[in-house]
Amino acid sequence: MQNIQDLEKILNSELNTKIKSSYIKHNQIYLKIDEADLTEVILFLKTNSKTKFRQLIDITAVDFPENEIRFKLVYLLLSHEFNQRIIIEMDVKEKEIVGSITSIFPAANWMEREVFDMYGIDFKDHPDLRRILTDYGFEGHPLRKDFPLTGHNEVRYSHETKKVIYEPVKLEQNYRNFDYESPWEGTKYIKEQTKE
Amino acid sequence: MAKETKTLNLNFGPQHPAAHGVLRLILQLDGEIVEKADPHIGLLHRGTEKLIENKTYTQAVPYFDRLDYVAPMNQEHAFALAIEKILKIEVPIRAQYIRVMFCEIGRILSHILNVTTQAMDVGALTPTLWGFEEREILMGFYEKVSGSRLHANYFRAGGVHQDLPKGLDKEIGKFCERFPKIINDLELLLTDNRIFKQRNVDIGVVSKQDALDYSFSGVMLRGSGVPWDLRKSQPYDCYEQFEFKIPVGKNGDCYDRYLCRIEEMKESVNIINQCLANLPVGPIKTDDGKISPPPKKEIKQSMEALIHHFKLYTEGYRVDKDEIYTAVEAPKGEFGVYLISDGSSKPYKCKIRAPGFSHLQAMDYLIKGHMLADVPAVLGSMDIVFGEVDR
Repeated sequence: MQNIQDLEKILNSELNTKIKSSYIKHNQIYLKIDEADLTEVILFLKTNSKTKFRQLIDITAVDFPENEIRFKLVYLLLSHEFNQRIIIEMDVKEKEIVGSITSIFPAANWMEREVFDMYGIDFKDHPDLRRILTDYGFEGHPLRKDFPLTGHNEVRYSHETKKVIYEPVKLEQNYRNFDYESPWEGTKYIKEQTKE
Repeated sequence: MAKETKTLNLNFGPQHPAAHGVLRLILQLDGEIVEKADPHIGLLHRGTEKLIENKTYTQAVPYFDRLDYVAPMNQEHAFALAIEKILKIEVPIRAQYIRVMFCEIGRILSHILNVTTQAMDVGALTPTLWGFEEREILMGFYEKVSGSRLHANYFRAGGVHQDLPKGLDKEIGKFCERFPKIINDLELLLTDNRIFKQRNVDIGVVSKQDALDYSFSGVMLRGSGVPWDLRKSQPYDCYEQFEFKIPVGKNGDCYDRYLCRIEEMKESVNIINQCLANLPVGPIKTDDGKISPPPKKEIKQSMEALIHHFKLYTEGYRVDKDEIYTAVEAPKGEFGVYLISDGSSKPYKCKIRAPGFSHLQAMDYLIKGHMLADVPAVLGSMDIVFGEVDR
């Protein structure tokens, strides 16, 4: 098995201009790269004989609505030969279009569709970019932080019209999100008061 | 003169007994040959990941039961491990043994369901009836240890919720004595059965390279001859203390995957037996009062325990700012949790990597050129459960 430190060194020397930063934590390598270098980096990791990250585990995004660059795209790769995992991260602006890696990993197809569905990030050259998990004709991107937990529409069978109809969500009781933060350390409003 | 042909679009599901749940598969047929398959998933989408972002870590555990609902504890395991790694919690050895034991019970639960329903999809009813009797007993163990047959909510960060009730280890031991015979009976019905072989051998063949490219894991990968099992290669909890073999297939067809599952059940029984033989005594969860709730007895007497209990069940424990991916070898393949914590008592992001998602994705590649009747056989051998595919 290849040592994880050595692997990080190899990556840094071979890809040095493309890596913004790298570190090791929890026995995994975390790489930060630019969006423009994505396909090159992934292709290198997959084909190079010293890395052999030949399996794409998952693609996902994280939403940070307060950041200027809103999304972080995350690619998880696994190398069977060296028994190592790598996590590749890159920042993506809200309406930015990202290059698809379906030509490198066919498995990326549905994963990118899911990111598109859940976060609304577009992929360039994707063969079939449709929604995947949500309903036909769904609007909005559910995993964005500004999407309400209860959603916008609810579905029911209407006896009057004899078909399934969509209506705005009506809750008998609102979702209650209690502020449980510890009173010993001060709730938010006390913290703010003491600051003043 | 050539006869004019027309392709036919066929809707397989969303309500179809062989779809193992709610799958809408749009098939393009040329006669009986499938030209293209387009799976439409998401009919069971419940927004698990969104819900988890809005719940405390303790409240998030039951959502994991509802993903792959035939082997619930294996999924809780991935989530518990993720939190433990971030918080650097030492899990007591007895808890680790109990977890491994119940993960293997989960594996047997899942494989019985899959093997027998796959047999049913290709025309054999008896294995299902025999197999489900055993599942009933195993779910009885789940009930005894957690109070619930299916949605256990048993593995918590730092250990397990409660200790094994008295006598349960003997009962499990008895089951392990009897169960190899049941596997044998199932094998007598299926392994050399002419019809079963005709329906499965050389159907849905996956090459090694394609298995890697399509992100296959678990039996789907091993059936194609890649010896990869996270329990061996990246052991979690106390898996490195056990001796077991990893069955690997040769041809990558449905039949090899069936054989792998049968062998894995035997290995699971083997692991459970080793667990029972060496089950250590001691605590079953970490004694850190900031993470695991105090025993009922203490709450009545100790002020500190009472405070801990109150805090844990209202605010919940906090998890330091971190980012981690942990994976376990669930019965269906690599089940992973990518967790981002922000220092509060709720996860900032929790992405669930379900093995079935990438398996189902390859449906079009697997079924192209096969007959319509092979669709249920291939679907069955992929071991799809929509709870985890749709999340």
